[in-house]
Amino acid sequence: MNKQIHELSVIELLRGLEDKHFSVVDIVSHYLDRLNRFNPILNVYLSTNENALAQAKQADEEIKKNGFIKPLIGIPIAVKDNFLTCGLPTTASSLVLEEYYPQYESTVTRRLLDAGAIILGKTNMDAWAHGSSTESSQYGPTLNPWDIGRLPGGSSGGSAAAIAARLAPVAIGSETSGSIRQPAAWCGVTGFKPSYGRVSRYGVIAMASSTDSPGPIARTVEDAALITSVIAGIDKYDATTSPREVEPYHQLLKRKDLKGIKIALVKDYLLPSMRTEVKTLIQNAAKHLESLGAKIEEISLLDPKYSIGVYTVIQRSEVSSNLARYDGIRFGHGRESFGDEAKRRIMLGTYTLSTGYYDAYYKKAVAVRSKIIEEFENTFKQFDAYIGAVSPGPAQKLGATQNESMFGEMADVLVNPSSIAGLTSAGVPCGFVDGLPIGLQITGNQFEEAKILDIANLYQQTTDFVKFPKYD
Amino acid sequence: MAKITITIDDVAKIGVLANLPVSESEKKLFAGQFSKTIDVIGEFNEIDTSGITPTSQVNHLENVTRPDEIDPDRVLTQAEALSGAKNVHQGFFVVKQILEKDSE
Repeated sequence: MNKQIHELSVIELLRGLEDKHFSVVDIVSHYLDRLNRFNPILNVYLSTNENALAQAKQADEEIKKNGFIKPLIGIPIAVKDNFLTCGLPTTASSLVLEEYYPQYESTVTRRLLDAGAIILGKTNMDAWAHGSSTESSQYGPTLNPWDIGRLPGGSSGGSAAAIAARLAPVAIGSETSGSIRQPAAWCGVTGFKPSYGRVSRYGVIAMASSTDSPGPIARTVEDAALITSVIAGIDKYDATTSPREVEPYHQLLKRKDLKGIKIALVKDYLLPSMRTEVKTLIQNAAKHLESLGAKIEEISLLDPKYSIGVYTVIQRSEVSSNLARYDGIRFGHGRESFGDEAKRRIMLGTYTLSTGYYDAYYKKAVAVRSKIIEEFENTFKQFDAYIGAVSPGPAQKLGATQNESMFGEMADVLVNPSSIAGLTSAGVPCGFVDGLPIGLQITGNQFEEAKILDIANLYQQTTDFVKFPKYD
Repeated sequence: MAKITITIDDVAKIGVLANLPVSESEKKLFAGQFSKTIDVIGEFNEIDTSGITPTSQVNHLENVTRPDEIDPDRVLTQAEALSGAKNVHQGFFVVKQILEKDSE
């Protein structure tokens, strides 16, 4: 094999292990070495797993004994720091949870560990997942591997940067609205948001419980599909998980063309304020999908500006309720340790739920949400998917969030509607503007994971936008 | 809807409801920021929602229940439950005093 270990996808690593090109210890030591060299520059990981090498040795033993029964045996993985992990500190990038060690394991990490994966470390994020920059982390921002003067996006910024700088073969993020797709777009990697309820939220530090959706950030759609097939499925600890059967998504990536597929290009998502170069990349993507056999039609949806209000109210209301539990009595530090952004969100949510304002804000927001859902239901009667940009522009500069109390909502204007409605969506690289990556969203109806991954995979296989900045 | 302004007093009141310490400078800062946010949110009033059923749960699951039995898999031992607390006493969490000693 000519490629170095960090240049290989998860699927390639598994193949390499089967062919005995290297051992799990080789893989994990290679990544630990890269972490030592590049994490001090990029601030991707908040903590690393001290037992990773010992676990790698165990995995090698297990392979010798049992072969490749477990689907992710020996695969190192980066996990966003809002997933509870026994034995590894979990801070959600907040000082409230500084030095907090969880009492139980999240379902997502439990399933990854059961599948044989090895956690390399926990990645930086916006504190409590409140933001789209990773700048609200109380442990300093992660820097964008493409330009260290820029933000990686967020809230799963550390996980996206880990993939871009190749400090992990695959990572786990979580999305409330855009928090997987937007950092993936800004870092030029692949992010996949499963439908709400497809992946368990048990043990994920809650942000907005009615939209929180864990999912993978990866090198390729194929890797994202494999990880999703491992983490998805009903969980008795999360009553909102769907009883629908999980499909082996990575084995269903079979399309060689898009004949019979109808895709909508949403006109309203080509915002007037957006740079022409970004619009051109999205239109080029539409043309490319058309050349693969898809039927493309321009459609109009509700102006995404309305979903900013809906999302802001729903999210802050749910945040105020979810973060009420952090009192410093049973675990963690007291409420004085919350940063500005968390305080703002808790307080605004307290306001929108308070007597006299509940009807005007929360009730109105969940009613408009129904309108947005209804519109999507009609759209998906005619179309298999819709496309648009993930983010209006490329990664912004460090400091861009200063004095911008709605930075996140504005950065995520094009992904808010799909999150509010609990849809599934893939974010894939679709080109560069000023040398910075731009992401395309391919969004489908709830529980259409297999179809969306298939379309996104074919798009990725037939284009050449997956690039990595040099960290050697 | 008329333009809504969040005042410094409003922020102070919300701070109490949210159980968050808010400094004087934060009160001023947040009052301005909250007014702006409320302004942006208000755009959704342009949408007619009369007769619309609100949605708080998006994947159509209803009445998900489990047997009313103790599931040992999700129960923490006392030691585990207390392991993150800074202040414990004889196997209990120590909380702030809420009653006066002499009150009846």
